[in-house]
Amino acid sequence: MSQSPYLRRESAGTLASSVRLAGRTSPIRCHLFTTDHRAIGRLYLWLALLSVAIGTILSLLMRLHLTWPERVLPFHGPVLPEDYLALVTIHGTLMLFFVLTTAPQSGFGNLILPSQIGARRMAFPLINAVSFWVIAAALVVLLSSTFVPGGSPISGWTAYPPLSAVPSAGPGQGTGIDLWLASIALFAIGSTMSSINQLVTVVRMRCEGMTWGRLPLTVWAWITASMLSILAFSVLLAALLLLFCDRHLATSFYLPVGDVVNGTLRAAGSHNGSPLLWLHLFWFFGHPEVYIAILPGMGLTSMILGNFSRRRVFAYRTMITTTLLIGFLGILVWGHHMFVAGLNPFAGTAFSISTIAIAIPAAAKVLSWLATIWRSRPSYTTAFLFSLGFVSLFITGGLSGPILAQPILDQYLHNTFFVVAHFHLIMAMAGIFGLFSATYYWFPLLANRTLHEGLGRIHFVGSLLGAYATFLPMHLTGLAGEPRHYAQLTSIPNAAGDLLARTLPLNRGITWAAFFLAGTQLVFLANLLLTLWRGPRSSPNPWDATTLEWHPNLSESDFGLLPVVYREPSQYAYQNGEARALPQWIDPALLPSAPSTSGDRGVS
Amino acid sequence: MHRSLDLLLSALFNARDIWRLPVDGSLHGALLDRHLLLNLWIILGLAALAHLLLLAGVLFARDRRAGTESISRTVRLEYLPLAFFTLLFSWLTLRAERLWALSRYTGAEPTALQVEVTGMQFAWYFRYPGQDATFGRVEPALLDPGAGNPLGIDPADSHGKDDLVSSELVLPAGREVDLRLRALDVIHGFAVPEMRVKQNAVPGQTIHLHFTPTRPGTYAILCTQLCGLGHYRMNANLRVLSASDFEHWLHVRESRGTT
Ligand code: HEM
Ligand SMILES: [Cu+2]
Ligand SMILES: [Cu+2]
Repeated sequence: MSQSPYLRRESAGTLASSVRLAGRTSPIRCHLFTTDHRAIGRLYLWLALLSVAIGTILSLLMRLHLTWPERVLPFHGPVLPEDYLALVTIHGTLMLFFVLTTAPQSGFGNLILPSQIGARRMAFPLINAVSFWVIAAALVVLLSSTFVPGGSPISGWTAYPPLSAVPSAGPGQGTGIDLWLASIALFAIGSTMSSINQLVTVVRMRCEGMTWGRLPLTVWAWITASMLSILAFSVLLAALLLLFCDRHLATSFYLPVGDVVNGTLRAAGSHNGSPLLWLHLFWFFGHPEVYIAILPGMGLTSMILGNFSRRRVFAYRTMITTTLLIGFLGILVWGHHMFVAGLNPFAGTAFSISTIAIAIPAAAKVLSWLATIWRSRPSYTTAFLFSLGFVSLFITGGLSGPILAQPILDQYLHNTFFVVAHFHLIMAMAGIFGLFSATYYWFPLLANRTLHEGLGRIHFVGSLLGAYATFLPMHLTGLAGEPRHYAQLTSIPNAAGDLLARTLPLNRGITWAAFFLAGTQLVFLANLLLTLWRGPRSSPNPWDATTLEWHPNLSESDFGLLPVVYREPSQYAYQNGEARALPQWIDPALLPSAPSTSGDRGVS
Repeated sequence: MHRSLDLLLSALFNARDIWRLPVDGSLHGALLDRHLLLNLWIILGLAALAHLLLLAGVLFARDRRAGTESISRTVRLEYLPLAFFTLLFSWLTLRAERLWALSRYTGAEPTALQVEVTGMQFAWYFRYPGQDATFGRVEPALLDPGAGNPLGIDPADSHGKDDLVSSELVLPAGREVDLRLRALDVIHGFAVPEMRVKQNAVPGQTIHLHFTPTRPGTYAILCTQLCGLGHYRMNANLRVLSASDFEHWLHVRESRGTT
């Protein structure tokens, strides 16, 4: 690729004024109402950590109730079916929105993205701060739904109408779901703002020499996810608005004439809406949303595998292409959630073909990862191990995707635990592994310290075993016919009782495994607190990395000159079987001439 | 050699127990199961292969330098496997699309038994059209479960007089059934694992679903679309009877009137 034009250097004036500002503000203002992207990134990570802790406890309560339904919770009494559904709804909403959308995209996006492109800040610091506070408000609104009459909503994270549109449809479908709607609407606004900010930052603020072809794959992932966010969240916002109108302004976008819920006939008028409109709008958002959650993890995995194998990421250009292709195809597959929802069967065929198509760029990524590490004598840091774990989970969870994409098979598997297993492996567990990998890798930049590697390995092994022990058997209970969203599997009348009872032995094992998986996370928490308290100071570039976030002049306290970029990331010079890193910012003129370098090449 | 391969294949295709699939009692189920098991074995194989490569790749050390790419290496390691993968999944999809077309692209035969299925929080109701083979008109305003009219059948329509409403679905083995699915309040999911069918019932729509039960027995009808707090207990029995038992059941129920 040829040199891109000189992009933009920050003027000394902006710098001086930001130094002045920092000097005047109080510590509270400095830490909470800050417009500094690193501080905002840390706030996002704390928000995600809080959410994942709550979400995990809720999931354990669900598992407990499923396997030992007669147990009474302390301070609560028996768990009612609506309590179980409220747990599912808040668990899913917290995990998907407040953990897997915020932490990889906005948390690490703020902490790392600007320095990876050689910028000292984001394009719109104020918008950045506002979007964090909008999202924090969204979290408060969501959690407050527990305390209103009727409690939290019970319609799941997908909130299908009419269940979500009519207050008489169940407890939690009154004020509870209004709060859910408000929360998700705030979240959509906050995410859209923060994505616009990220996109503009990458387009406008790359340092000299940082051409598109030299962008790390993490940055490609972040901007692809940003583009998806802008598109998907704006459609979601519109859908939420229509649902709000149906609930409070007597419109019927999603409600057919003559709908009778719980004895209440909706005033029959000439307005004949359809719940399928919501399904289309929601999944037009929902499918891209799962890519928003996982793309940053894919980008990071690529870079970390390259870094610790001391190799260029295999087929780098193809990796960029597949990232964009996955983003693009991700917009065209929403109907695979609707094979049995009442679509025209021809539509089922069309959506199944577009869905199978997306498996191809995904498979290309896996092949590149395998080739990158193939017999490379990698160094087994915890960050590297979690990236390997990401690849493993991505393979195991991903392969069941093409099965669910075949409508004839989905007509058996839809809404069973087979689907729960699929999305927990590929999205939830792979996403969390990506986050852990990021945390162990970038911790020196977050806190100037390195997390304990021994504890990290224990954490990795426990999490991998726990994840598989929890979610692999769910495929089998799903194949046996166990539907999701069931508050109870015992004391069910009719033939259904026998069918569900057959899954109980496996289900008990799953619950034990879930407790093991959650318990292992205590090792991580201990590691985190111990390290923050008295961990060893880290050296400036402890992993010998090649990307700009490790450049000494871009650290938090240093205001040296902005760097210039000379080559692609993950370049190494090889000599006597050893690999010497060629960071992106080292001027080739300053390098001792090496006998063989793998320099910046145009084709892959 | 050939024989043992055949044996192995048929063992794999009949491995419902290993994968914990319930028995199959429908005409189309055999092909569906075959295709499902084929898929499951293939992804199990691919997952194992990928993990072997992953482990071998990190365990067997070689030169770091050896990893640098050339065009031929990229083609060999990336594009060839990708081409294989594309062919494999195209083949599977093609098979799946044909099965889907077979069961969904066309409606039921005209001779199929007509039954209407209505979902409501939290029960399924099944209506048979009676002697006149025509369903009576229903009117949401007439819904009155307390007075024995859970579906709101309009007494003014004579077609409805002989309609038979049941809380279990009873079908004759060997005859195709044409279900018309409706929902009164929220979306419900009509699912019969042992018949390998699932289709949502959507308020405001009537959706047809057809299949042929082959094996007499009692099977579970579940709700598979979250519909409220009683979702987990919204189920009914499907009883598949021999043709003569079915005639008998229908006769007894018709002479008894609606219950
Ligand atoms: C300890 C780990 C976890 C366990 C044991 C667990 C367990 C569960 C269970 C039992 C359900 C309900 C299934 C049903 O009845 O339909 C569920 C739903 C869900 N989980 Fe998890 N989960 C875990 C972690 C996660 C993570 C990290 C995510 C992040 C994306 C996640 C995302 C979801 C989503 C989106 C749903 C669907 C919610 C809905 O249907 O509204 N889970 N999980
Ligand atoms: Cu999807
Ligand atoms: Cu239901």
